Amino acid sequence: MTKYSLSSVNLWYHDFQALTDVNIDIDNNEVTAFIGPSGCGKSTLIKSLNRMNDLIEGCRITGEFLLDGEDIYGNIDVNMLRKRVGMVFQKPNPFPMSIYDNVAFGPRTHGIKNRTELDEIVEKSLRDAAIWDECRDRLRKSALSLSGGQQQRLCIARALSVAPEVLLMDEPTSALDPISTGKIEDLINELKREYTIVIVTHNMQQATRISDKTAFFLLGEIIEVGRTEELFTNPKNEKTENYITGRFG
Amino acid sequence: MIKNLIKLAKRKKPADWLRFLLTWTSALAAIAILLYIVGFILVKGIPHIELSLFSTTYTVENQSLFPALVTTLVMVAMTLLIAVPFGVFSAIYLVEYANRGSKIVRLIRMTTEIIAGIPSIVFGLFGYIFFATWLGWGKSLLAGCFTLAIMILPLIMRTTEESLKSIPDSYREGSFSLGAGKLRTVWRITLPSAAPGIFAGIILAVGRIVGETAALMFTIGNVIQLPNNLFSQGRTLALHVYQLSTTGLYVDKAYATTVILLVVVLFINYLSSAVERRFLQKLR
Ligand SMILES: Nc1ncnc2c1ncn2[C@@H]1O[C@H](COP(=O)(O)OP(=O)(O)OP(=O)(O)O)[C@@H](O)[C@H]1O
Ligand SMILES: [Mg+2]
Repeated sequence: MTKYSLSSVNLWYHDFQALTDVNIDIDNNEVTAFIGPSGCGKSTLIKSLNRMNDLIEGCRITGEFLLDGEDIYGNIDVNMLRKRVGMVFQKPNPFPMSIYDNVAFGPRTHGIKNRTELDEIVEKSLRDAAIWDECRDRLRKSALSLSGGQQQRLCIARALSVAPEVLLMDEPTSALDPISTGKIEDLINELKREYTIVIVTHNMQQATRISDKTAFFLLGEIIEVGRTEELFTNPKNEKTENYITGRFG
Repeated sequence: MIKNLIKLAKRKKPADWLRFLLTWTSALAAIAILLYIVGFILVKGIPHIELSLFSTTYTVENQSLFPALVTTLVMVAMTLLIAVPFGVFSAIYLVEYANRGSKIVRLIRMTTEIIAGIPSIVFGLFGYIFFATWLGWGKSLLAGCFTLAIMILPLIMRTTEESLKSIPDSYREGSFSLGAGKLRTVWRITLPSAAPGIFAGIILAVGRIVGETAALMFTIGNVIQLPNNLFSQGRTLALHVYQLSTTGLYVDKAYATTVILLVVVLFINYLSSAVERRFLQKLR
């Protein structure tokens, strides 16, 4: 099933066109990876999927962004959209408060006040993000006391706490060591059963390990998109081949 | 320090020695001056502190500082009550809501900078003309605290702005990405993280209020009494010290009062950092 369907998407930062005629379908319960050299527009596109670009002055978007058939740039409640489409950032960004409050922030935002209900959500989210065992005894401690890898998993838990349908991850492991990276990759493989995941990565191996579909970006355009094995073993476009074999200039 | 000295002796570079000497002499000089001033005041003032200084009324025979002490605390509270909400909310508007770099923002920022550079006697004259005369409040606590509020507003605004700006955007993004609106993000994420900086600004502002004389001379009046309503006149401790020493008759009492003024300043600083700590503990 198609979750997102984008067609003829163009995006400008002031006069600079960062995305040109992007067309892509993102399927349910799959991991879609965006790859491509630095500055080619991967973050720009992933941020437009939950309208985080709204926060950037001078950002202008045209084209069609359908989420379950509904135009997300149409007449919708942005906060509800962001509740449905969670996001994990490149650098772990836990709030400067306790681990518990970090995870409870989202549900509280959406009106859940009941203590036991919050406790349940916090525990479930932390379990789903595979960090429960490491922080069950220190829920009241500051989230900033966690290691970088733990912080990133906490941020994933925080994103899961509002029961999103889609999870956007912009280079979630680029600041982490191999062991934490491995944990997060395992986690992504678990999570895709319940969520639709879009991930930006600079790591080709990571893309092949975790994604079902891959889109290759170059200078604001999607050059090629296809099943991951297909794209990596048998790229149709020469530029894709150059990039994935590391011969990119 | 000893360890550093040994390390330095091993390195023996003349430039290192020079730098070491310069930093330590200037640090010591700063501390020495402070100690000298405080010591001087304590030595001159403490012998003249008597219980009668704390009687509730001021008379010609007994220059009680108690009314001025109470007036000072009242003025601090009232001025902060006006300036802090106004300053903090303006700063929130400038940083979180207004388009960065828009005309309005630049205008407001320029205005606050100009206000910050105005000598306090000018505020006194303005307050006298505007609040005391034009609005008809007369010389009163109210006119005085509005004058002070205008004077410390830029300070509060600037410190709040700076501390809001120093909050990384990644916090805001994290909050928005969970579906929180602007108001909730500002109230629950940005503002609490900026609180220590805002408190620091408030402490500085308190220092200015307590130490101010020129801006109050024409606005608060000169009657020495316990404050009983907003339109009554009064005298703050700093003003009191000024008056006592200019008359030349009560120099000893002026020193004694200055000691109390010092204690008040220290106490307020202690109080605000205690409040800040309580506040931060709640956040952790
Ligand atoms: N806020 C902005 N204002 C102006 N230009 C921007 C802004 N954000 C990104 N750009 C530009 O848009 C282009 C795409 O940026 P984007 O961040 O999407 O790249 P990316 O593919 O994520 O790169 P990286 O792999 O380095 O993260 C770049 O040329 C960048 O300079
Ligand atoms: Mg990026």
